Amino acid sequence: MSLTTDDVKKIAHLARLGIDEPDIDSYARDLSGMLDLMTQMSELNTDGVIPMAHPMDQVQRLRPDIVTEQDNREQFQAIAPQVEAGLYLVPKVIE
Amino acid sequence: MEWEAVIGLEIHTQLATKSKIFSGASTAYGAEPNTQACAVDLGLPGVLPVLNEEAVRMAVLFGLAIEAEIAPYSIFARKNYFYPDLPKGYQISQFELPIVGLGHLDIDVDGVKKRIGVTRAHLEEDAGKSLHEDFHGLTGIDLNRAGTPLLEIVSEPDMRSAKEAVAYMRKLHELVRYLGICDGNMQEGSFRCDANVSVRPKGQQAFGTRAEIKNINSFKFVEKAINYEIERQIDLIESGGAVVQETRLYDAAKDQTRSMRSKEEANDYRYFPDPDLLPVVVDEAFKAQVKTTMPELPDAKKQRFKEQYGLDEESTAILTSSRPLADYFEIVVKESACEARICANWVTGDLLAALNRSGLEISDSPVSHERLAGLLARISDDTISGKIAKQVFEEMWQGTASADEIIEAKGLKQITDTGAIEAIIDKIIADNPGQVEQYRSGKDKVFGFFVGQVMKEMQGKANPGEVNKMLKDKLK
Amino acid sequence: MHNKSIAELARGLRSGEFSSVELTQAFLDRIKRHSSLNCYVTVTEDLALQEAKAADDRIAEGDATLLTGIPVAQKDIFCTQGVKTTCGSKMLDNFIAPYNATVVDKFNQAGAVMLGKLNMDEFAMGSSNETSYYGAVRNPWDLNAIPGGSSGGSAAAVAAGLTVCATGTDTGGSIRQPAAHCGITGLKPTYGRVSRYGMIAYASSLDQGGPMAHSAEDAAIMLQVMAGFDERDSTSVDLPVPDYRAGLNNPIEGLKIGLPKEFFGDGLNSDVAAVIESAVNEYRKLGAHIKEVSMPNLKLAIPAYYVIAPAECSANLSRFDGVRYGYRCANPVDLTDLYVRSRGEGFGKEVKRRILMGTYALSAGYYDAYYIKAQKVRRLISEDFKKALSEVDVIMGPVAPSTAFGIGEKIGNPIEMYLSDIYTIAINLAGLPAMSVPAGIVGGKPVGLQIIGNYFAEDRLLNIAHQYQQITDWHQQSPKGFE
Repeated sequence: MSLTTDDVKKIAHLARLGIDEPDIDSYARDLSGMLDLMTQMSELNTDGVIPMAHPMDQVQRLRPDIVTEQDNREQFQAIAPQVEAGLYLVPKVIE
Repeated sequence: MEWEAVIGLEIHTQLATKSKIFSGASTAYGAEPNTQACAVDLGLPGVLPVLNEEAVRMAVLFGLAIEAEIAPYSIFARKNYFYPDLPKGYQISQFELPIVGLGHLDIDVDGVKKRIGVTRAHLEEDAGKSLHEDFHGLTGIDLNRAGTPLLEIVSEPDMRSAKEAVAYMRKLHELVRYLGICDGNMQEGSFRCDANVSVRPKGQQAFGTRAEIKNINSFKFVEKAINYEIERQIDLIESGGAVVQETRLYDAAKDQTRSMRSKEEANDYRYFPDPDLLPVVVDEAFKAQVKTTMPELPDAKKQRFKEQYGLDEESTAILTSSRPLADYFEIVVKESACEARICANWVTGDLLAALNRSGLEISDSPVSHERLAGLLARISDDTISGKIAKQVFEEMWQGTASADEIIEAKGLKQITDTGAIEAIIDKIIADNPGQVEQYRSGKDKVFGFFVGQVMKEMQGKANPGEVNKMLKDKLK
Repeated sequence: MHNKSIAELARGLRSGEFSSVELTQAFLDRIKRHSSLNCYVTVTEDLALQEAKAADDRIAEGDATLLTGIPVAQKDIFCTQGVKTTCGSKMLDNFIAPYNATVVDKFNQAGAVMLGKLNMDEFAMGSSNETSYYGAVRNPWDLNAIPGGSSGGSAAAVAAGLTVCATGTDTGGSIRQPAAHCGITGLKPTYGRVSRYGMIAYASSLDQGGPMAHSAEDAAIMLQVMAGFDERDSTSVDLPVPDYRAGLNNPIEGLKIGLPKEFFGDGLNSDVAAVIESAVNEYRKLGAHIKEVSMPNLKLAIPAYYVIAPAECSANLSRFDGVRYGYRCANPVDLTDLYVRSRGEGFGKEVKRRILMGTYALSAGYYDAYYIKAQKVRRLISEDFKKALSEVDVIMGPVAPSTAFGIGEKIGNPIEMYLSDIYTIAINLAGLPAMSVPAGIVGGKPVGLQIIGNYFAEDRLLNIAHQYQQITDWHQQSPKGFE
């Protein structure tokens, strides 16, 4: 299984990940290598095996519906790149 | 060609929990921007979600109310996409294995009943809000809403007209408020609707290509948007075009839908189980416990109101439109010992009119059910007439005095002393021989004149039934 | 002072032989002297001395724990309120967390002194510490060798005596492998034993924080503080925490040790194999029984891991978008540009490689072939362990196929680097606890013995490691120049 440079560009866009043009080939090569590694899995018959998303068969604990958090905006926004009037600012969103 | 529309709705209901679905931040509406967005809601590094029990309880309550299968085991998944109002770059939602499975809701359109399938309902977190006012050409992001619990209720494509869609939406709106799981406030976005619309030649089995209309925030707009979209699709096909599967936005000002290309760009959501959350298990004991909190549902209540109180369709519909109103009515009937129909007339008439004028909800009514019951009890025991009662009600609305206090203070007590009424009747008959003559010669209409005169003389405080009876005897 | 155990130091502090301020200053001086190892991203000198002063007061008041006044250092993946937390990335070069990780809170409550934040592979993705934005860490045993990764700064700092002990995190071997390469003792606890709250996520279903120290006893003292239920972490397990020191001296006679034949096949350096065999022999002398076990699906742990971990990381790292904190590119022209450039400029190559891999594995059309398949393989591997651990008490083997390789040697060949994690990765897939214990030196570089136990058997692992450390002194050896 090998990925083309176009595949890499498509995935990179999906992940909103800027990649330098000269690096695309090496990513394509590395990812293809990883996919080759993964094809080893297809040799193993896993019919009827239940996928394991978690190491332990535990169930979700539920939290009581209580407000425990206070307003911490000032602290949170002190580390933000751009804020105004309590809002995080981003380039114009077009719907 | 004759066309048929196929409509399915996805309704997002904000659950009325105090705290968010995965954090302890408040869900209260209308706070200063980002003052109710905690580290978890902001998606800061290293923080983790913990599920709110109340959100699960509400989802289960809803599932039980629509007779759906409740999943014994359900999974939260990450839905991945980038948007500034989505802090983590993924929304925690449910994909495979939602908490509520197949159920149904019955609607009634022009007297015809129809059962609409509910495919599923799943829990997820709401996103924040983008504010497009101008910040030097930038967009402002408020994440107070981020993490508010949502129950997304997905219908089967069972509706065939905008009218049916609205009936389904109204029914659902009524239900979630009855269950107390959503405040139903559409202006504040607590109850939002996306509509999937397609058309096909009547008789054809296969579905046409559908368009999804996003975020329609009123019943009126849902009807208009769907009707517009149906027309648009039919026109498109009839003029040789084809419907494209896409997301569209309803523009209320122009009454039309338009394509939302920005949402189209990447719809590869890469769902996978959220490793920060474990499977949610709803066992029989949990379900049984939730069941004990199930209120009487709208259809059952309507039926009972008709049977128990002998009310007509219209009053029943008004009184059962919300649980607080229905409860108010029932308490008034019980406490006033007044005839149910009279109570119904007062609640749906004077009370609701006064509430509407003041823009108040029943829960904020200045006249509590105890006070209204106190007033109606005085009608019931003939202390005052219905007409005087209206005057007393006005006083009650303005102040805090009870009906009895007002009746006492203003001397409005009905005169039941027949001797006093008789004396006045005799006087009026004596003073108006001409009218007496007319009545006796068969002009029945003049009877009203006598009633009016007597009531005027008695300042309205006579029992009208008694006055009628005595007048008829005297004028014979 | 820098080579003493926690228990010895605690005694010294209590007896007044030295103060925490003196002890802390001694470590701060060593950190400065050996700054070329590049172990620390941030040294919190002033804060450390303040904390040391407070610890001295607390000791004087007789309210001290074993860790009160003991200098420790945090892997820079644990959020520290008011102190920069970078996760080894340019993306978080300016990030000061407004909260502490639960683990950090627990050390603070115990009165430990934080010396600073330790270098690591960027977002814990790497086996050599070379992917750090702050540069490679040098292995004190061989300055041209890698210390291992991703907790490379932690391992090197402990080995070089630049802290008494350190925290690490282990997603595919990131505590055990650097511990092995630097000749220290490291423990990856059972998944869910240590809270992940405030520990920046790489792969949430695999990540687990744990202690890195000279000895099993020190690791036990650390784990005592780190372990326990946390209501802020849904995956945290609500089980009582045993007294980890209490059982250290239990005899291990009759212990059943399993040796998986797959751990000793091709690819294992013969000198390393010899070290492991001699360590196993020591256990024989202690009365253990050795049995061969089989892990038939071990080979598939690497492909399964490199689907699951990147898939989880591709979502976990989406929050780094330049909007609310962290790196933001200059003058974004539109929203997409903001995302693409902030992330493109903020993340290094290995992180990008894994985000791309994970994004691909989860994307439409490939989900079943990669992600679901990997989850199924994960279950089979986990069942292999279950079966083996029903026959034996613990499993032993090497941590890494060779000693620490050279800086720059494998960085150009990521796949080869991935393959070197063959003996550690499967344990994370299963969620089991495992340790790395110093067991020998080959060519001047340490070799670690891996001990894998059953779920929540950390106390047993520590006991087994401690017994070995009573009859060997590999854990007490220091690299030249750092004695």
